[in-house]
Amino acid sequence: MPKLSYLKAMNRALADSLDTDPSVFLLGEDIRVAASNLTAGLLSRFGPDRVLDTPLSEQAFTNFATGAALAGMRPVIEFQIPSLLFLVFEQLANQAHKFSLMTGGQCKVPVTYVVTGSGSRTGWAGQHSDHPYTLLAHVGIKTVVPATPTDAYGLLVSAIRDDDPVVFFAPSAALGVRDDVDFSTLGPVPLGTGRLARSGRDVTVVALGHLVHDALAVADELAGHGISVEVFDPRTVYPLDLDGLAASVAKTRRLVVIDDSNRTSGFAAEILAVAAERFTLDAPPRRVTRPDGAVLPFALALDRAIQPDRDQLVAAINAVLEDR
Amino acid sequence: MSTVDLYRTVRLIRRFEERAIEFVRSGEIVGGIHPYVGQEAIAAGACAALTSDDVITSTHRGHGHVLARGADPGRLLAELMGRETGLNRGRGGSMHAADFSLGILGANAIVGAAGSIATGAAWAHRRQGRDTVAVTFFGDGAMNEGMLLEAFNLAALWRIPVIFVCENNGYATTMPVGSAVAGSITGRARAFGIPAFTIDGQDPETVLKATTAAVTRARSGKGPMFLECLTYRFDAHHTFEHRARLDYRSPDEVAAGVSRDPVVIQGARLSEHERAEVDDEVEAVLDAATEFALGSAHPDPADALKYLYAVMP
Repeated sequence: MPKLSYLKAMNRALADSLDTDPSVFLLGEDIRVAASNLTAGLLSRFGPDRVLDTPLSEQAFTNFATGAALAGMRPVIEFQIPSLLFLVFEQLANQAHKFSLMTGGQCKVPVTYVVTGSGSRTGWAGQHSDHPYTLLAHVGIKTVVPATPTDAYGLLVSAIRDDDPVVFFAPSAALGVRDDVDFSTLGPVPLGTGRLARSGRDVTVVALGHLVHDALAVADELAGHGISVEVFDPRTVYPLDLDGLAASVAKTRRLVVIDDSNRTSGFAAEILAVAAERFTLDAPPRRVTRPDGAVLPFALALDRAIQPDRDQLVAAINAVLEDR
Repeated sequence: MSTVDLYRTVRLIRRFEERAIEFVRSGEIVGGIHPYVGQEAIAAGACAALTSDDVITSTHRGHGHVLARGADPGRLLAELMGRETGLNRGRGGSMHAADFSLGILGANAIVGAAGSIATGAAWAHRRQGRDTVAVTFFGDGAMNEGMLLEAFNLAALWRIPVIFVCENNGYATTMPVGSAVAGSITGRARAFGIPAFTIDGQDPETVLKATTAAVTRARSGKGPMFLECLTYRFDAHHTFEHRARLDYRSPDEVAAGVSRDPVVIQGARLSEHERAEVDDEVEAVLDAATEFALGSAHPDPADALKYLYAVMP
């Protein structure tokens, strides 16, 4: 079976979307030469009218996409640096997201924002290493963080077809992940549907993006010690697959969340709050996150020290299983 | 557009605003408004240069643009009163009034934000093979917003058919333009290669003529134009100001500003009889609008988040 990388899957999703829908176009900085590789080959195939290099004008071109969407297009913006979302938070949270309600449903804003290489990029320091998906989810923007090439393809296609703004986070540490894929089975993955990445009996680990792969590795390791870990990948941060999560926790009655965002008001905090409201647990849940208010320092050892890792996950799993 | 039509528009906007201010005072409009009184010639003249296929974006001071574009005064007033029959079904209010069926892509409460939205919309229409021009209105305060200057660059670079209409009323809330803008307003547009002109924003005919030239140029594929319309806001920045009693304009200055009233300037081009006829007509329209708005239902609180998404899984 052919191998498909996560980045190549995204590239394929863009190509297929451009191919099937003439209202789709891409815009962003350095996308014609495909600086991040996401848009490789698309300029020669679809031409400069559908693959637009923009000047360094993030605020204007983000609103430009909103205007184009209001006029019936489906723009896809690539942000090659996650922190650029801070620069365009106004245009996302205060403009694109609010248009539908503020106009009483007169319009829709089908823009997709692709963040290629979110999270730590290994040695890129404070302003290039954020993974700010919880901010978007908090204001109610549809937010996806796929873990696998198959999901990256399927969720990107769905994001582009969706009639609302959707932010698509491709974690840096997931870009190189490769799957054996039968291309004929690639298809859209509905937003708001989670995926059981691994079945288990003893504890549910909720993980997103690249951390799904860490959770699976930990599950493999713990299986050798007689611990059966279930890994639930929500895939979409907002809206969240509450039913899928509930089904998993109903089975294991123990919960750990691993989340590469800051602790306070983070994604893990949300999952724990949901658990407190809805689930019956046999042990207090745990979360493994970046520290409060974290900024990633440059030196590699410090960068790594801030990110949630496998050892912390093992410790959290052992803690919720302590009284078993 | 005829002399009498332009008069009808400025008169309609003026009387709509005067009534709206009364409704703020009586509590029918909650939250206040930013009155357009004194600036009517710009909306009337600029919108008169457009066809029904064109689009506009507006500002927090947007009622004039929305009315000049042809929105129903009753539905606009209902919107200001938060009624279900409002243009935005009561979800937008004064600062977000929109009517997409008329190409009104919305008033926008973030200063300078709509310029880039209009630029994107105009680009998209052209890509779709349509002959659309976009007009985006903003105040002198927006000239200091980087996002708007970025939009100038995109529009000029890609020759997008968008007309940038700066309503320079002399103040960004209370800050005089001379204390806020280094260099000149038109100079900023010219720096991007956009032809920029300063015109009398109190005369509807002048604004119509200048906008028509800009629209013709944009439709022919030559790209954006920038019009600085010199105007004066007769009333407060916001209706709250009546209570706050902000002191930033001298009585002499206000008197001088008010002496050039667009309603009077355009009205002088009509006979007394013609003027009276239009005035009566406008009052009748606004009486009906008022009756419609006051008689409209309030939205159901259970629907507070209706329309938040186009689709939600």
